[in-house]
This record gives sequence, structure tokens and C-alpha cells, in this order.
Amino acid sequence: MAAAVRGCGGVWRREWQCRVGGLSRRGQRTLGCNARGGAVPAGKSGLAPWVPVVGLEVHAQISSNSKLFSGSQVQFAAPPNSLVSFFDASLPGTLPVLNRRCVEAAVMTGLALNCSINKKSLFDRKHYFYADLPAGYQITQQRVPIAVNGTLSYSLYKDNKMSQMVTKTVRIKQIQLEQDSGKSLHDDTRSQTLVDLNRAGVGLMEVVMEPDMCCGEEAAAAVRELQLILQTLGSSQAVMAEGQLRVDANVSVHHRGEPYGVRTEVKNINSIRFLAKAVDYEIERQIEELENGGTILNETRAFDSKLGCTVPMRDKEGKQDYRFMPEPNLPPLILYDAKSLPANINHQQVVNIDWIHERLPDLPSVRRAKLVELYGILPEHSFTLVNEDGLTEFFENVVNQTQMKPKKVIGWILKDLLSYLKQHSLTVKESPVSSVLLADLLNLLEKKEISSTAAKQVLAELWKGEGKSPLEIVKEKKLELMQDQKELEQICQEVIDGQENEVMAIKAGNLKVLNKLIGLVQRKTQGRSNPVVVKQLLEKKLSL
Amino acid sequence: QEVTVEVLEHLEHLALVDFRDAEGVERLRKAIRFADLLQEVNTEGVEPMDSVLEDRCLYLREDDVTEGNCTKELLKNAREKVEEYFVAPPGNIPLLKLEEQETFLQGS
Repeated sequence: MAAAVRGCGGVWRREWQCRVGGLSRRGQRTLGCNARGGAVPAGKSGLAPWVPVVGLEVHAQISSNSKLFSGSQVQFAAPPNSLVSFFDASLPGTLPVLNRRCVEAAVMTGLALNCSINKKSLFDRKHYFYADLPAGYQITQQRVPIAVNGTLSYSLYKDNKMSQMVTKTVRIKQIQLEQDSGKSLHDDTRSQTLVDLNRAGVGLMEVVMEPDMCCGEEAAAAVRELQLILQTLGSSQAVMAEGQLRVDANVSVHHRGEPYGVRTEVKNINSIRFLAKAVDYEIERQIEELENGGTILNETRAFDSKLGCTVPMRDKEGKQDYRFMPEPNLPPLILYDAKSLPANINHQQVVNIDWIHERLPDLPSVRRAKLVELYGILPEHSFTLVNEDGLTEFFENVVNQTQMKPKKVIGWILKDLLSYLKQHSLTVKESPVSSVLLADLLNLLEKKEISSTAAKQVLAELWKGEGKSPLEIVKEKKLELMQDQKELEQICQEVIDGQENEVMAIKAGNLKVLNKLIGLVQRKTQGRSNPVVVKQLLEKKLSL
Repeated sequence: QEVTVEVLEHLEHLALVDFRDAEGVERLRKAIRFADLLQEVNTEGVEPMDSVLEDRCLYLREDDVTEGNCTKELLKNAREKVEEYFVAPPGNIPLLKLEEQETFLQGS
């Protein structure tokens, strides 16, 4: 059974055309974004530079027990059509009843994105025909959505260097509540479509962003930050792989100073990584098309992750006419704040914006700022900590159990621990090295019982997860630092005596050669010497 | 305003109705003329009403699971089913152009 490409109404599948290998054969164009935010890829033979414009529509599934307008359960994997009520199946005589939790989720999200919350919002019907939309329309908020005019701030590494971060903002046009559709599985062999309505009616928040972005990297960073915000709020679990976060990208290019070009919509993007790829590919495709004298069609395209390109998804049938009309079965949604709260009202029937605002958790940006202030780490470090699920907690646990300064600890967390985890595709929760073990190890290092080289060796051992403590490993492998100063001095002298040429070079002024001598002492002591102490001893002996 | 073939095709596609023949199209024209009478009403400065429920309270339901688990009942109405899935025709089948439809030609 072939999985369907999720499409909207009036669609039929058509042969996809895609040049295998795409544009990469012609040579890569570097798509960096300049300081003013416009990408300026080198045009062919001196043509004016192109300015790409990227806007996103994000659908986030609301994290709730039951659906937006009915009491059936929201759950990812379940037997087909087992989580479906009569209303979800659009049986006659059923009516929508709004779920309070969904309203709260949308208000929380709107507040977190600095939106104005509309105290009165309306529901509408958006009509199109598709097998997974049994009513023939979707209940959404087209005229007056629940939240408007917000901003989303995100950061990315400047010029591809991992050292400097730059903050950008994208305007949020609106957030609206709407129903999700069911799922269709296309069975081409038997010329039929199988429909599962478990997802039909699940609450969605559609976050519409203004076209303020200019490349795949910006789009990916913005979505990542939105994902973190949603997960922090708990309004959506926003796991893209489970379809809880879906992104459609609108892409166009134009010359600076000229009107915006024709845009295409790119769908079927299943991960943040693919989002960046899809957007960049589409920008390249449009530029090449236009530079070859072609035109861009206002069409919907699907991203093919295997081929790494976008392909046309619908046939040219003109713009969709959704015949929007007010939802006659739902009165306007009224929200209150502390001032407008009526005196005698059932609290269960009231959504109080101020009450929700007071209870918002620390957003990722606030958490990062607090980490920087509290621990003296760099902003880039705080990004990585907050980005990895569980890493902040791990870091703070280690800091609380060791005398080592947080500024030093962060190096071990980000360089050693995280790289190990990434190499083995493990999450922080699955780490064979616990925060307790790492703290023990760092304590040994801090107390100068082992060198940092030795510490790295111990960490490598700990990764095997054999249950040994750092101290046990140190003893086993005899990695303790030499405590006998006299013995160390003797070895230093031996090395000096055995390396006449190097000594001469050092005394002549080439101090870098000293490192070679330090290395030799390290080898002789089998890593059991502190390079800082060794350097001091050597310098003293050579009267430097 | 004329009701052109393009408009008819568009309507048939959007609403899956079948105007069938010239008589059906004439009925449509009459319906439009009838509805156009609404334009004669002066609505300047009047907020449009879009629901008779506009001053009712929108009831908010608690987020509890109270429905579902009725697969068998739901599938009772299905003409065809495959392992608890509803069966539908493949995708959206494009409609024939109006001129190609036999019924349309018969009426004219």
C-alpha cells in the first residue's frame, strides 16, 4: 500500500518530472545570506543578484486528550477508525462542540509569539472535496482568527561559522484554530483510496508567517525555535516525524527593487533538515528557470527527499475556490481578561487571557539568557544546551555535583559528551555516562589527580557502560598523575639530556620546540604528568 | 452578467452538481436574478450578520475523551471496506468538459 502524499482538494496524481541529480551537476551556487538578510547568489554572466523570498505556513497539532470539536481521543497510532466519533465521520445530525483546552493552547501560543489576542474570533467553513474530509469542508478561522500580528525571534550562525550568532525576527501574520483531516492511503494497484479518520477533527494551530525569510537556513532556524517554544508551552509536542508539525513553504525570487516574483508552494517536507534543502532547491530552480528565459508557475510542488528536488504536485486548474462561509453552528468565540471578566459566570466557561499569561513558562530565549547569566557560558553554548532535549538538565546536574567551574564543564558537555552522543545517535536520556559519573570524573581532574588527557581516556572507557566508576578506571589503567615531584624532575632532566638539538633550538629562541619536549615527558610518564607542571619544570631547567 | 460555460464548469467542479441541460442552466440564471434583488437593499453602515447565534454563548467542552471506539458501527454504512478502512475511489477524478457531456448536448 503506497503512502499518500497529503494533498488538498481538486487533486489527482500525475507523473512527476524531475531531472535526476537536479541542479547540482551544474555546480553549486553558494546561498549565503548577507548582513541585510537578502541572499545574493552569483548571477550568471553578471546579471543582477536575485533576492529570494520565503514565507512559511506551519500546522501544529494541539496536544490535547480529545479533538477540537468532538470527544474522541487524540492518539498517534491506533487501529484504523477506532478514534472516530459520529461527528468526525460527518454523520448527519451531529454538531461541533469546542474543546476548551484547544482554545487555551492557541492563546498560550499567541501570547508566546507576542500576538494580539482577538477577544472575539469567528469560525468559518473552507470547502473542498477529498476522501479524507468527510464533511466536504474544514472548520477553520479565515475572517477573524484567534491571534494576529506577532513576532518570532530566532538565531543562526553568522556566515556558516560556528562562532558568532545573529538574531533575526519573522513576523507572525496570524494563528488560527482549525480541524485536521483524516489520512488517505492510495492503493494504485487496486485503483482505490483507503481512508482512516482517526486524525479527522484533531485540533490544529495554523501559524502563518510573513515572507520575511530569505533562505533554507533561516526557515529551518525559525521552525526549530517555534518547535522549541511549542514544546516548552506544551501546546503541541511538535514532533515532525509524527506529523504533529507540518510545514509548507512559499518561495519566490525577484531582483531587488522590482516587485515580488510568482511564488510556488512546497509541501511534503518531513523534517527540519529537508525544509532547508527544499527551500534552497526551489530558490535555485526558480533562479535557473528565470535566467534561462522561462517563467515560474503559481503552482504547488512536493519535495522528494530521495531525489532532493521539488516536483509539480497539481495540474494547472487555476486557483482553488474554497467558497468560505461562516460556520453557522458556532457562535463567536469570546475571550476575557482581568478587566472584562464578568462577575457572575461559570469559570469553566471562561478563558481568561491574563490568567494564561501569568502562567506561561520560561520561553527558550529566557532559559538561554538565564543560563548565560547564571553560569557565564557563551550564548552559542546556551543554544546548544536548550536545543538538545535533556542537555540543560544534564549540564546543571554535573555543575551541581562538581567543583569544576561551569565555564570548564560546558566544554566537556558540548565537545566530549555531545559529540559521543551524536556519533552513536543517542539522546541525552540514553547516555551510558550519567551526570553523576561525569561529575566524578571532572572532580578527579579538578583535584589534579589526573591530567586532562587521562580524563579523556577515562571518558572513553566510561562510554562502554561497563559500570565502572571513574576512580576504578583510573586505578586500573594507572592514569593517576605522578605525585612524586623528584621523579618528575628526573624524567624532565633525562629528556633534556637526550634531546641536544631541540634544547639548542629552544635556547636560540624557538620556544615552540618546548612542546616537543613536553610531549616526550608525557610519553615517558605514560600520560601521568600534568603538562602545565612539566612545562614549568622544563623552563626552570633550561633557565628560560 | 452572463452565465458562461466557464462559470458553469467551475460551479460543477466546485460543488459537484450537474446542471445537466439547458433547462437546468436557465433555472440557475433565474435563481441568480432572484438573489440579485438583495442588492437593492441599502446596507450602508450595517454590520453583516453571519450567524443567528451571534449573541449566544459559545459552549466550551472539557478536554475529556467521551466518544469513539465505534468502528463497527461507522463501517456499517460503508459500501466497501478493507480491513476497517473506508474505501474511496482513487484521488479526484477530473470531470469531463461540459461540451463533452452527453446530457448537456441533448438539451441544447
